[in-house]
Amino acid sequence: MMRALNWLFPHPLLTLILTIVWTMLQNDVSAGMVVFGIILGIIIPRVTAVWWPDRPQGFRAGKMLSYSLIVVWDIILANIHVAWIILTKSNAQMKPAWVEVPLDLREPEAITILAGTITLTPGTVSADLSNEGRSLLVHALDAPDPDAVRDEIKERYERRLKEIFQ
Amino acid sequence: MIELLAVYATTVFLVIGCIFTLVAAIGLLKLNDPMTRLHAPTKAATVGIGAFLLGSMCHAYGVGEGSFHELMILAFLFVTAPISANFIAKVNIHKRACDMPPAPKLDEMWSTQDVPESEQEMEPQKTP
Repeated sequence: MMRALNWLFPHPLLTLILTIVWTMLQNDVSAGMVVFGIILGIIIPRVTAVWWPDRPQGFRAGKMLSYSLIVVWDIILANIHVAWIILTKSNAQMKPAWVEVPLDLREPEAITILAGTITLTPGTVSADLSNEGRSLLVHALDAPDPDAVRDEIKERYERRLKEIFQ
Repeated sequence: MIELLAVYATTVFLVIGCIFTLVAAIGLLKLNDPMTRLHAPTKAATVGIGAFLLGSMCHAYGVGEGSFHELMILAFLFVTAPISANFIAKVNIHKRACDMPPAPKLDEMWSTQDVPESEQEMEPQKTP
């Protein structure tokens, strides 16, 4: 029974997300559209399962939700902060810096989410990964203290992502 | 009453979006280094367009036609914007258009600089 369920839903969360996305794309919450979304949500993960063999095992969706809310709030605050920097500081006063973030995360999915978060919160852009994938290169727009930027990323985002993927 | 509220909310969101898009455009013109210039469009893509889309949703609900499309646009934008920013940053490093980052402490080099020797000859700065 479990094996049959596993075969039918290789990624249960992906099935759910695909159903929701399909319903929202149709802009119409009706039974027909939801059923068609569920059919798509079963077929697409089943067909693409071959290309995603090592899916992360312990993914906590609830913690992911609270993480997303924190990130949205940070994006709004950081936007105001960066707008203030751009409008008031001259180019000479700005101190752009490369920041190296040593990674404790190992899952490619978790590192992708961390890099995306860093780019979306303005003031920092994730630029590159080291060749063994053990540190992340981040460019900061105005960082008088690069170590503080690194500590904030590790404390605020990476620690939470470690709890989500474990 | 609801319609009036929707009109006010739409206007507020449009003004917020305009302000942030304007600041992003100013930043794009003002900043002088390829890497710092990259910071401006990421801001326009998040809060600027996010506010426009929220305004669009408020307008749709005010008119009486609920709409979820905007949330999808926002979700796809949030997923794709970091990827394009990452590609531009990698091109900057590859072309040596910006200050080079210091070598990583844990590994040998950054992956963009990790070019196999057979391909290094093809890079323009290596040819005599």
